Amino acid sequence: MPSTRTSAETAARQAAAPILSARELCVDFKLEQGWVRAVDGVSFDVRRGEVLGIVGESGSGKSQILMAAMGLTAANGRCSGSVTFEGEEVLNATPDRLDRIRGSSMSMIFQDPMTSLNPYMRVVDQLTEVLVAHQGKSRAEAVNIAVEMLERVRIPDARRRISLYPHEFSGGMRQRVMIAMALLCRPALLFADEPTTALDVTVQAQILDLLNGLVHELNAAVVIVTHDLGVIARLCDRVIVLYGGRIMEEAAIGDLFTTPHHPYTQGLLAATPRLDDDTAHDLRTIPGTPRALAGQISGCPFAPRCERRMERCTVETPTLRRTTNGKRAAACHLVTA
Amino acid sequence: MPEALLSVRDLKVHFPIGKGLLAGAKGAVKAVDGVSFDLQPGETLGIVGESGCGKSTLGRAILRLTKPTAGTVVWLGQDFFGLDKAGLRKARRELQIIFQDPLASLDPRMTVGEIIARPLKTFHPELKKAEVEARVREAMAQVGLAPEMMRRYPHEFSGGQCQRIGIARAMILRPKLIVCDEPVSALDVSIQAQIINLLRKLQRELGLSLLFISHNLSVVRHISHRVMVLYLGKIMEIAERDAFYANPMHPYSRALISAIPLPDPKAERARERVMLQGDLPSPLNPPAGCRFCTRCPMATDLCHSSEPALAPRADGRLVACHFV
Ligand SMILES: Nc1ncnc2c1ncn2[C@@H]1O[C@H](COP(=O)(O)OP(=O)(O)OP(=O)(O)O)[C@@H](O)[C@H]1O
Ligand code: SF4
Ligand SMILES: [Mg+2]
Repeated sequence: MPSTRTSAETAARQAAAPILSARELCVDFKLEQGWVRAVDGVSFDVRRGEVLGIVGESGSGKSQILMAAMGLTAANGRCSGSVTFEGEEVLNATPDRLDRIRGSSMSMIFQDPMTSLNPYMRVVDQLTEVLVAHQGKSRAEAVNIAVEMLERVRIPDARRRISLYPHEFSGGMRQRVMIAMALLCRPALLFADEPTTALDVTVQAQILDLLNGLVHELNAAVVIVTHDLGVIARLCDRVIVLYGGRIMEEAAIGDLFTTPHHPYTQGLLAATPRLDDDTAHDLRTIPGTPRALAGQISGCPFAPRCERRMERCTVETPTLRRTTNGKRAAACHLVTA
Repeated sequence: MPEALLSVRDLKVHFPIGKGLLAGAKGAVKAVDGVSFDLQPGETLGIVGESGCGKSTLGRAILRLTKPTAGTVVWLGQDFFGLDKAGLRKARRELQIIFQDPLASLDPRMTVGEIIARPLKTFHPELKKAEVEARVREAMAQVGLAPEMMRRYPHEFSGGQCQRIGIARAMILRPKLIVCDEPVSALDVSIQAQIINLLRKLQRELGLSLLFISHNLSVVRHISHRVMVLYLGKIMEIAERDAFYANPMHPYSRALISAIPLPDPKAERARERVMLQGDLPSPLNPPAGCRFCTRCPMATDLCHSSEPALAPRADGRLVACHFV
């Protein structure tokens, strides 16, 4: 069901302290030719009960932001800046500390369920592990909670199916099992990286509905990464638009879609085929191709493809500036106040 | 009615399951199970449906890249499956295909120029080097690739550029029909739009016909004249584009369209959805009666026992449902 929140609720949420804060987050990778930057100075906050979307094209750094926050950056990578969870620094935290947070308050849903499901373990053992290890539940209690969660994500005949191995489920059901696993410890913060991209559209609709209901019920903070503006429109309260590892624009969901400020956001929206637009004319396109790995940026990362580029754009990197009312921000020399 | 470019009649592709003596006994995946349609010159038919519905197999079987189990394909008045070697060779020139994964479909050891020239050299070995090069340039220009790129290798190009190379390779023989199998699914939105516009332009300017296979109904709407909806190897509905999107008739078509998340928060959240229960059944063991009956919100006993025929409706479209 669509979530409609009152403005009082929104105001109350914004007054609360953020559960997750990123400040000037950078992620670099060492390649043969030296260090390259995948995420470049990204800052944002998320509060409980809020769904933040991160949208951008392939390679824009969306996943690496989540990986950094989860402490899962690849061995050839390094992170700098700061990411705090409930006020405590988690960037480059010790494995012990990360394990504890990941087991109890933070979880992640991946595009491919087999990233988090162990193919050699029965689903029941995988689901109950966290509950027994981190919450001191007995095995029997844990099984009951797990069955209940599988029922919540609408796995039919859950009490029998829980004893199966992951490959004995269909793709859509595996995705639901993973969602059940991620929500089992009632996380305060949930990361989801393209949670429905691999699914068929009718199954995607079921899963998005389910996620929407469950996160609101848990009052969790959610960061969802996707390239699909439809998924963003469906689930998110606020959106960050990423390009070349940098934030181009940040706005509330309604503002972003009705009055996009940044030329990249405008281009992205115009290039997305819709079910109600004019088919007599060609689609709007963004010329050129997405940038390859950043390297050190001089000027606006979008400048090579921007139709409104000025001389200044290729020499001076625009900073992410907030509007005077503080409600939205854009990084473009054309967008003032 | 002008002569159809392509007429497909009762096409079936069954993949036997299991090996050895008892293979027959174990049954078969009925990937395509009795599909019939006509395609006119210059027409684009969008073929939509979810994974495993038989979209790609249908496209491949029409090109004889996968062996059909039964049925006929008539290409320009000739029985395509009955063609002799010479006839097949000639038809193959006029029927091309482009694939989903742009990079994987290009040979990494060949230069872009060699890749695009390859079909021409195979089918026209008599052509002189200069003529081949001129045709390669022409094909590259048609798809918006700079001729300087000819001597470079596929891995130096982005996904969108690789897809352009694949299209140029398909275009160089000046085909009449191109089967496009999920040609934009692997591409970013901004690049996807470039490729859709390119295919529209080629279609319009050269009078090409396209079979455009895709799971993305918003993309299909931008390129097709007609749309065919497949479910577990069978046609559920086939209709003119605008009529289809304005008023999808089959319950599965309706569910498909209503499941697409709209890039418009207000409309998206205000929407009444036709929610389908469960996942796709296995094509190894499709439901009896109407194949859609296990997930259909309108299904009755009749649907579980008797299969609806694909029958014409007032506006000329075909729908396979007892209650439409
Ligand atoms: N271990 C690594 N070594 C080198 N480069 C890496 C590594 N991991 C990621 N990258 C690079 O970092 C950049 C950002 O990657 P990221 O996976 O965050 O993109 P994304 O926005 O999630 O893209 P997609 O939509 O394709 O998932 C990419 O250019 C990617 O190739
Ligand atoms: S800063 Fe310049 S190049 Fe960048 S988006 Fe704005 S106008 Fe375009
Ligand atoms: Mg990613």
